[in-house]
Amino acid sequence: MIEPIIKISNLCKSFGGTKATNDVSFELKPGEALGIIGPNGSGKSTLINLISGFVKPDKGQILFKGINITGMAPHKIVNLGIARSFQMSRPFYNMSVFKNLIIPISSPRARKLRGGKYGDLDEAAIHLLEEVGFERDSQVPYKEAGALPHGYLKRLELARCLALEPDIVILDELFSGMSMSEIASVVPLLERIKKEGKTLIMVEHRLTELFKIIDKIIVLNFGMKIAEGLPRDVMTQDEVTSAYLGSEVKTGA
Amino acid sequence: MRTNLSHRKERIDRGIKVRSDDIFVLASMRDLLYVILPKAIVILAMLILPLLKDVVGMYWLNVLVTTLVVILLALSWDLLASAGLVSLGQAFFFGVGSYIAGYLSFKFGWSPLFTIPTATLVGSIICALFLYPVLRLRGIYFGLITFALPLLLARLIEATKVLGGTEGMSALPPIPGMTGKLYLLMFVVLLTLFGFRRLISSNYGLVFQGIRDNDRAVIAAGYNIQWYKTQAVFIAALPATFAGAFVAHHFQFVGVPAFAMDYSILPLTAVVVGGAGTFIGGALGAVILMPLSEILREFGSLRVVIYSLLLLLFSIGLPEGLFKYVKRKYSQIERLTTMEEVKHD
Amino acid sequence: MVTNFLIYGLVNSAILMLSAIGFSLTFGLSGVANFAHGAMYLTAGFIAWMLINYLGLSPLVAMLLTVVLMGILGALIYRIILMPVRGIVLSEVISTFALGVALIEFFRWKGFTSFDFSLPPFVKGSIEIFGVTIDYQRLIIIGIALIIALFLWYFTHYTNTGLALRGMAQDEYTALSIGIESDWAAMLSLGLGAALASVAAVAILPLGIISINLGYEIFLIALAVSVLGGLESTLGLFVGSLILGYAMVIASTYLGPQWGQVVYLGAIVIVLAIKPSGLFGKYKELEERV
Repeated sequence: MIEPIIKISNLCKSFGGTKATNDVSFELKPGEALGIIGPNGSGKSTLINLISGFVKPDKGQILFKGINITGMAPHKIVNLGIARSFQMSRPFYNMSVFKNLIIPISSPRARKLRGGKYGDLDEAAIHLLEEVGFERDSQVPYKEAGALPHGYLKRLELARCLALEPDIVILDELFSGMSMSEIASVVPLLERIKKEGKTLIMVEHRLTELFKIIDKIIVLNFGMKIAEGLPRDVMTQDEVTSAYLGSEVKTGA
Repeated sequence: MRTNLSHRKERIDRGIKVRSDDIFVLASMRDLLYVILPKAIVILAMLILPLLKDVVGMYWLNVLVTTLVVILLALSWDLLASAGLVSLGQAFFFGVGSYIAGYLSFKFGWSPLFTIPTATLVGSIICALFLYPVLRLRGIYFGLITFALPLLLARLIEATKVLGGTEGMSALPPIPGMTGKLYLLMFVVLLTLFGFRRLISSNYGLVFQGIRDNDRAVIAAGYNIQWYKTQAVFIAALPATFAGAFVAHHFQFVGVPAFAMDYSILPLTAVVVGGAGTFIGGALGAVILMPLSEILREFGSLRVVIYSLLLLLFSIGLPEGLFKYVKRKYSQIERLTTMEEVKHD
Repeated sequence: MVTNFLIYGLVNSAILMLSAIGFSLTFGLSGVANFAHGAMYLTAGFIAWMLINYLGLSPLVAMLLTVVLMGILGALIYRIILMPVRGIVLSEVISTFALGVALIEFFRWKGFTSFDFSLPPFVKGSIEIFGVTIDYQRLIIIGIALIIALFLWYFTHYTNTGLALRGMAQDEYTALSIGIESDWAAMLSLGLGAALASVAAVAILPLGIISINLGYEIFLIALAVSVLGGLESTLGLFVGSLILGYAMVIASTYLGPQWGQVVYLGAIVIVLAIKPSGLFGKYKELEERV
């Protein structure tokens, strides 16, 4: 029996009167990949913000490797090994693309993992950019990040997560706004990350590509978990289809 | 669909700029001059000016002191701004430095040799502690609190009559020798200028810039940004508290005017006129503005009106500031190019 | 003694509220921290004075005209000064700050500094309430403050324009997408802010002389009240002025007149350090804390 790497129980969060996250629980084993789907406004982003510490829960508990990280400051959670990307990928505009990566590469966590050494950070940054699909010999890594097209920004965002060498990678709508060919180039990378034993949590709208990567899926609606299981099984459930088709959901509660 | 020819301006680097940038062996004396002349003029001017006591007179040397002090405050402002902290009250840092130096020397009779370093260091720590609570906020809050703090401290000192109250503390020991004093000040200005420029482009400084551009992404990289901002405040406070301590001994007096709004407005105007984000911009702004301000002194508060109008004008009309503008003219030429414009009807 | 304290504390609170209302409204509706608020107040005072003394208009007409003129001036300031830098907080602050200082110091330079500069009260005379003598002007100030607060609350909660403006302040993009034009809304909020500053000026200035430094003081008072109450809340404005109003009266009675200023400046610093969203601020809390 493998211990879960992350265990979330009864997480609740309200903003004003709306329950953005309502009693959500799940757990993941190391190396598993989870997809979180649901209609717009169903609480996917709030759930990610809760796990990464950017929003403090009203109730519930998050255990990471047995450590209670509920309500911990976000930078501390990162340093324990949970990295996240943002849906709106805003780079550091005035820096060149590879300089953008220097910040995560020289972060406390990355430094500790390398044994306190800085090393050749520029080279490490370029190497990482190559991994997510930038071409080393093109001008792109040396350009100002503010001028990057959207697809590249998304990949830069992914590289920022990977630079932290995390145990859990949370990706918030990584595929949105990427072209088919760009997605196709990222999917093998994500599969490789998974093989390396990292745990993935992905919020996505692009289901076809998502299903290639994930082992397990959670469907959210109105902040509540309405289904959980293997992707193919879950998608045929009535509640899930009706949530996606927009009709009213009977939660049976 | 139709096409028509139109003209637009295009900027290209001057040949000499390209040559001296990319090739590491300078080809001619002219290239060498092109690269070092701007820096050399500044450093030479700084070295020579203090020696000209008999030519320019004591009055203008004092103006030079004030100019250098404003440069220090402007450099401090620019470092804060590089970390996304917009200060509206450089007088706070200045006043804290002034009062610490003044008190140590007035109460315990310390010599400037000890009061100035102590005031610089301890003052910066105090400033960082005072501002720590608001560093978790973004937006205009840092500006608001730095605006209110110097005014509050001045009123508090007046009301409680501590630290000399409205009278202030006078007859402090001076720093002997005008020439030596000016060299000391210039040394600190150059040290701060080059130090800050280096700092901000280092990997450590990148974190500050990251906080300015996108603080969430920096948190997501595992940095405690409140702590980093505190460090930025401490480092930025160093030249400003030094300036305060220096001026306390220069005028041999510390009083409520150390928190006066002048010390907030002048550096701010200098940076806005010269251009933020470059450090040299603020220095350039101060060098232009301070002598101008002395010339206008006889016009009384019209001086402040002109000042604020300049601030307004530059902030709206030339937000990049003079330095970037001049630099562009120095290293690039503009020319008209024709371009084919395709219009879809 | 107690009634005296209660009544004058109330008057002081009304004065604070009236001084702050324009600033708070502009900030709440367009997000612009108008550092020229105090200068607007001062300018309104001098415009009213000039209309009365140079053009010989009757005080009431002059004051109404002042409010209208200042409203137009506020809108113009947005068009000319703020529109080019809209959205860049630093430039907005610097521009309004510079404009404010320029206006205030212009009046100082022109020599508007003597005891001649005062406005006539709306109604002369005084009345005795519970053994405390109070002049009509102070009662009128309380009345105006109450009426404006009620009007504002109604305006921002129940009229289409008000709701549109509030929508704008809360979420600019969504508001744009449902057809609310951001520049129009911000211009209106600046105009309204300036008009309210001049209402405050013509109501409060008759209590004393028009002194130049009021230009700085009124801004700081407005800032203190708004920060304490929460930068965009009408209820906060009300409670904030009451707390500060009485605190200032207590401080200046028991500690000395110079402590009045310490109270409101201290309030700014302490509130920003401890609870920056103020007593009743809501929307901004999540966004601005990181």
